[in-house]
Amino acid sequence: MPLDVQLAKRLPEFTLDVSFSSGDGPLSVLGSSGAGKSMLLRCIAGLERPDRGRIALNGRVLLDTDRGIQLPARERRVGMLFQHYTLFPHRTLGENIAFGIRHLPQEEQARRVAALLQRTHIAGLEDRYPREVSGGEQQRAALARALAIEPEALLLDEPLSALDTHLRSQMEAQLQETFAAYPRPALLVTHNIEEAYRLGEQLLVVSHGRVAAFGAKDAIFRSPPTQEVARLTGCKNFSRVRLLSENKAEALDWNCTLDVSRVTQRPPAYVGIRAHHIEITNSPSLVAGGQENIFPCWLMRSSETPFRMTLYLSLQQPKGTTGEYCLQAEVSKEKWLLFRDKPFPWHVRLSPDSLFLMPE
Amino acid sequence: MTRVDWSPIWISLATSGTATLFTLVAGLAAAAWRARRSGPMMALVDGVFLLPLVLPPTVVGFFLLLLFGRNGPLGRLLLHFGATIVFSWPATVIAAAVVAFPLMYLTARAALEQVDPQFFQAARTLGASEWRIFREVALPLAWPGVIAGTILSFARALGEFGATLMLAGNIPGRTATIPIAIYFAVEADDLRTAIAWCSIDVVISLALLGGLYYWSNAQGPARARLARR
Repeated sequence: MPLDVQLAKRLPEFTLDVSFSSGDGPLSVLGSSGAGKSMLLRCIAGLERPDRGRIALNGRVLLDTDRGIQLPARERRVGMLFQHYTLFPHRTLGENIAFGIRHLPQEEQARRVAALLQRTHIAGLEDRYPREVSGGEQQRAALARALAIEPEALLLDEPLSALDTHLRSQMEAQLQETFAAYPRPALLVTHNIEEAYRLGEQLLVVSHGRVAAFGAKDAIFRSPPTQEVARLTGCKNFSRVRLLSENKAEALDWNCTLDVSRVTQRPPAYVGIRAHHIEITNSPSLVAGGQENIFPCWLMRSSETPFRMTLYLSLQQPKGTTGEYCLQAEVSKEKWLLFRDKPFPWHVRLSPDSLFLMPE
Repeated sequence: MTRVDWSPIWISLATSGTATLFTLVAGLAAAAWRARRSGPMMALVDGVFLLPLVLPPTVVGFFLLLLFGRNGPLGRLLLHFGATIVFSWPATVIAAAVVAFPLMYLTARAALEQVDPQFFQAARTLGASEWRIFREVALPLAWPGVIAGTILSFARALGEFGATLMLAGNIPGRTATIPIAIYFAVEADDLRTAIAWCSIDVVISLALLGGLYYWSNAQGPARARLARR
């Protein structure tokens, strides 16, 4: 694989211990803050020194503690983008972009800078100083600066989190464009689930310094291997579960017996379902139709976002067993209007295809 | 009264200027070296570097005398090359430079440590050598602090008395700086000369401060550009 990483580093809170191989193309590194994601990037870039490990990029050994090899950051040919742009404030955008290629002939420098200004859509700003342009333009210039050295891999450490929503989506488009034109390993660290999904082809979930999941993003989102990964990928609903037969399971926290389709080899301990996969209906025909996993539910509270409603529901009885809600469901405003005024109980359907079982 | 001897002015300016130059280089180097290190050993290093600031100048001068005297390790080494430092003009430079060093070191270190290390890290990933990072990133971003340190050092060198007297003595036309000329004028009851030298010192100091004021105002826009984000 183009990028092979295997490293361990003791940190005050936990030990970072990860190994993975990335192909060409974007890989999203997802995890809660302080999970070691940034440290991982910094170790690959050569800005931090792992206690032990091996990193190889396109066959070039960047680090091998067993053989005493540790290439300094400046020889790694790895482009890095930081959360806070880190453009040199005393240099113009053009000078910033040319910083890493000053050993090249003047014309070559000028040619590359001009091309990068075009590619990052900031042509005409090359004579401005960083403080004279917007945060989005600064991050574009920082991207151009990192690309100027024609790095063999790109490392992006929360490149969008300092930007406001509008600039963020523009910069996201910029990154997608860049990744498409740049078929090399690109690691994007983020704690934003949607960003991780939209930008990455592969997904690496890091938790407490360890790889919690690694693989194709849709597979991980469809059936997270553990409860932790489910949580980190945004799943809100979990219940302890007891398997009754091959495709029947008792959900202890939801007071119901579920039809399940995907039983893993190991005995499952938890069942989960994503909030937007829960279907809510008041149509008695559906209930009478005898479809599986339909349960009466009561609304306990709700919270409104511009286009969606988040509903907190109890199952089987009006107040739940503990007075707490069982399920958190998300529905569009249009759907919400259909049953908002209907009498309780409503009904939820937990489609077996949407339920996933997880071991401990 | 005989013809006025103006030499203390030139000696003072030449001594302070040369001493500041040495201090600037040594202070910057020490600050750059220290800014990227930490640990218990560094407290000791700091202690040694700052000693000339806290010790009475006469004590510093005495140590320098031991070091550069005929029987001192450096004095004997220099004697090999046929040079004696004590009671010569270079002695005024050494005394002034040593006493001014801590001010340069402290100010430059503070200025360098204030630069966000991410700038250095970004430069490193872009392939820059440590020397290039110092020259092109650290120094420009710490520049206002370095200038402030230089001016403080020059002012301190200009006012140096105790260590200079110990190491360089009072040889008119060679080692007699303005502060020393003042002291010996007062001792000789020549108050008119003392007042004259004091007035000249005030004028030089005011000119220095005035120059600093105009310089920093002119630098205003540039410094705003340097301010982070």
